[in-house]
Amino acid sequence: MTKKRTGVFVCHCGNNIAATVDVKKVAEVMATEEGVVYSEDYVYMCSDPGQNAVIQSIKDNNLDSVVISCCSPNLHEKTFRDNAKRAGLNSFTCEIANIREQCAWVHKDRNRATEKAIKISRSAVRRAGRDQPLEPIAVPVTRKVLVIGGGIAGIQAALDIANAGLEVILVEKQATIGGHMLQLSETFPTLDCSQCILSPKMVDVSRHPKIKLMTYSEVKEVSGSVGNFRVNILQKPTFVDAELCKICDDCAAVCPVVVPNEFDLGLTARRAIHIPFAQAIPASYTLDESACLGLNPIRCGKCKDVCEVGAINYDMRPQTLIEDVGAIVVATGYDLYGQEHMNELGGGQIDDVLDGLQFERLCSASGATQGHVLRPSDRTVPKEVVFIQCVGSRDPANHCAYCSKICCMYTAKHASLYKHHVPDGRAYVFYIDIRSGGKGYEEFVQRIMEEDEAIYLRGRVSKLYRKDGKIRVLGTDTLTGQNVEIDADMVVLALAMEPSKGTAEIAKTLKIGRDKDGFLAEAHPKLKPVESVTAGIFLAGCAQGPKDIPETVAQAGAAAAKVIGLLSQNTLSHAPTVAFVRNSHCTGCEMCVSACPYNAISLENGKAVVNEVLCEGCGSCSATCLRAAIEVKNATAMQIHEMIEACLA
Amino acid sequence: MSEQQAEVTTDYEPRIVAFLCKWCSSAGSDLAGVSRIQYPSNATPITVPCSGSVSPMYILSALNKGADGVLVSGCHIGDCHYIEGNFLARRKIHLVKELLGFVGVEPDRFRMSWVSAAEGAKYSQVIKDFVEDLRPLGPQKKLKADRS
Ligand SMILES: Cc1cc2nc3c(=O)[nH]c(=O)nc-3n(C[C@H](O)[C@H](O)[C@H](O)COP(=O)(O)OP(=O)(O)OC[C@H]3O[C@@H](n4cnc5c(N)ncnc54)[C@H](O)[C@@H]3O)c2cc1C
Ligand code: SF4
Ligand code: SF4
Repeated sequence: MTKKRTGVFVCHCGNNIAATVDVKKVAEVMATEEGVVYSEDYVYMCSDPGQNAVIQSIKDNNLDSVVISCCSPNLHEKTFRDNAKRAGLNSFTCEIANIREQCAWVHKDRNRATEKAIKISRSAVRRAGRDQPLEPIAVPVTRKVLVIGGGIAGIQAALDIANAGLEVILVEKQATIGGHMLQLSETFPTLDCSQCILSPKMVDVSRHPKIKLMTYSEVKEVSGSVGNFRVNILQKPTFVDAELCKICDDCAAVCPVVVPNEFDLGLTARRAIHIPFAQAIPASYTLDESACLGLNPIRCGKCKDVCEVGAINYDMRPQTLIEDVGAIVVATGYDLYGQEHMNELGGGQIDDVLDGLQFERLCSASGATQGHVLRPSDRTVPKEVVFIQCVGSRDPANHCAYCSKICCMYTAKHASLYKHHVPDGRAYVFYIDIRSGGKGYEEFVQRIMEEDEAIYLRGRVSKLYRKDGKIRVLGTDTLTGQNVEIDADMVVLALAMEPSKGTAEIAKTLKIGRDKDGFLAEAHPKLKPVESVTAGIFLAGCAQGPKDIPETVAQAGAAAAKVIGLLSQNTLSHAPTVAFVRNSHCTGCEMCVSACPYNAISLENGKAVVNEVLCEGCGSCSATCLRAAIEVKNATAMQIHEMIEACLA
Repeated sequence: MSEQQAEVTTDYEPRIVAFLCKWCSSAGSDLAGVSRIQYPSNATPITVPCSGSVSPMYILSALNKGADGVLVSGCHIGDCHYIEGNFLARRKIHLVKELLGFVGVEPDRFRMSWVSAAEGAKYSQVIKDFVEDLRPLGPQKKLKADRS
């Protein structure tokens, strides 16, 4: 051991730690450890008085390093390191011993928990015993931002960031931005028209001098780290020059290929060359390569012949663009849990059983039926409509365990929209319970029940089947305990929201985590709701979890604020816990060079040299070097060996 | 379970050193804590930057210092915060197991697991299972340095 003057501070965390761990004993035992010259326990170390007491002890006892035995370093490592700095210490000589999450909260036996807390604390004392004072490494930042996903979340984030003067690249995989909000008819609780409030924002995006919009594009590769990411974006060819396209529709009028229109969720058809919807941004037609007869004038070529401005070009090729950005916002949104999973409800095979988004398209003035609610199968006006909530949600045994949060609200909206279209029709709603937290939300649902006379039935639907041109709905009303049978003309399923297709891939590309349900994981459920676990990558909208538009917009604004804050600095500090080489030991075998995932090591004059800006301190090199010539600062083999010893003593 | 067996299992508490990568498994163990999922206290965690940074020397060192079992837990393959560190770690497992067999230590005293930040319950299960699987092996003496 080197000669150190370490202080140990054991936190009670109120009763969170003290109830299970004998904190006084931990402090007593630590006082006897080699190198420890001071130790104490305190009820809330992170409080102002707690932090001041640490500062005072550092000064009084002339400490050169501290160990705080408390909660996870994810919570307060920064707090305590900053505090140590305030007392004149180097912040990297402050170590955290996690005796709450990894000990007090997971054990009941007081003696054993105390024993383990001693080991954890002792291990941190050993680490601190060999900690070097380190200074953060300054790295320049790229003041440009990548936003992935052009739904309302991505649009809002892009606009907020661009309005702060930063350059934004907005990447959307569809041919238009807008996301699911474009498909909605009216929005709860105020019933304002979705497209009317969204379209102006889409136009703002397309005209914004700071925003570079890349639709029909996907992010393929990401490297680097906060402040300096390098991204590889693949833009698929649309075969139509958006600058020239006059959206005259001449091309679609002659195109012989008819395929289902995904924007209307298959309720209408489109041509191979099409515009997703009239106000699409960019305002241009797109040729769907997979549907086209072959991009070949000999096979067809009708659209190219008819386009007067010559906007169509069959020779367009995919383009790859490499961009450097300082921060990334991920707003890849949601998709509905597929009907095919719901066998008991027909598995998507029963006519006129629709999902919520299809119903939105039926109600929308721009939709399949020009805003008349008609059954897709025979275009008659449905007089009895059954809405079923929680389809696929809150069912851990068979489907998604979580609550999709917005379905109670949009089902109430659907019942209302239906009654406004078909005043003499009857709307039934099957529900488990009604979750209507939000400004004006509860009043909205009450109004639908009372004024629009929607019939709410508490219970689950067990079966759906076709009978005599109707859909027989078998369910139970759990309030009366009676079985219910309804012969419906149409059934609308409020299917669970799930992470959009491709979320797993994008999470892998970005090296950010997902939660147990597959949504992108935030760094802390309460205190870091828009940060991913990777510095510089932020989350917005339904990609992070089910939410409605107001919440999505708020989260996008929060993510934008974080990005703006981050990039308002000229340089960022990079953790100095990077690899260093002992020249005397290095033989230049290059094993570490190939082990380093960041290409941070090169060989100069026969010795390994670490580029500190590129090094992330993962330690892969040190585990590979046979001569202990390369190690990570403050996580050296000597430190680890002593920590191991501390854990076993 | 016979009385005698019961006595053996309560008497002997395997001592485990658990190397947890900072980004996934350590965060996963935090989640187990936040969710108050109980598990035995036999394993003392050491947080390392990445499972790929755990050199075979650390594992031997732990056994030499008296550990009955060593756990290395990292992110799932493909999710490594450090691109491919856990892949390197996985390649090393085989090597370590063979080495242990060679020096006469039960290879099962070393275990590798993949626990993500969202898998609090899994982390506690990994510890429970490891403790139970180590019991029948009894104390590890082969590599333990005589410290008396
Ligand atoms: C039936 C129904 C009715 C609703 N009604 C209401 C309502 O009345 N009021 C309300 O407040 N909310 C309502 N909502 C919720 C609302 O739709 C969402 O809150 C909102 O659309 C979320 O926006 P987003 O940007 O997070 O996601 P999305 O709208 O899903 O947008 C995500 C975007 O990212 C793109 N994308 C996905 N992956 C990638 C990738 N890898 N690369 C590039 N781009 C990608 C997608 O193409 C899409 O454009 C309703 C939802 C449903 C299902
Ligand atoms: S592996 Fe070790 S010895 Fe080989 S080049 Fe790297 S630092 Fe030098
Ligand atoms: S610690 Fe070593 S392997 Fe890891 S990034 Fe730094 S130089 Fe590369």
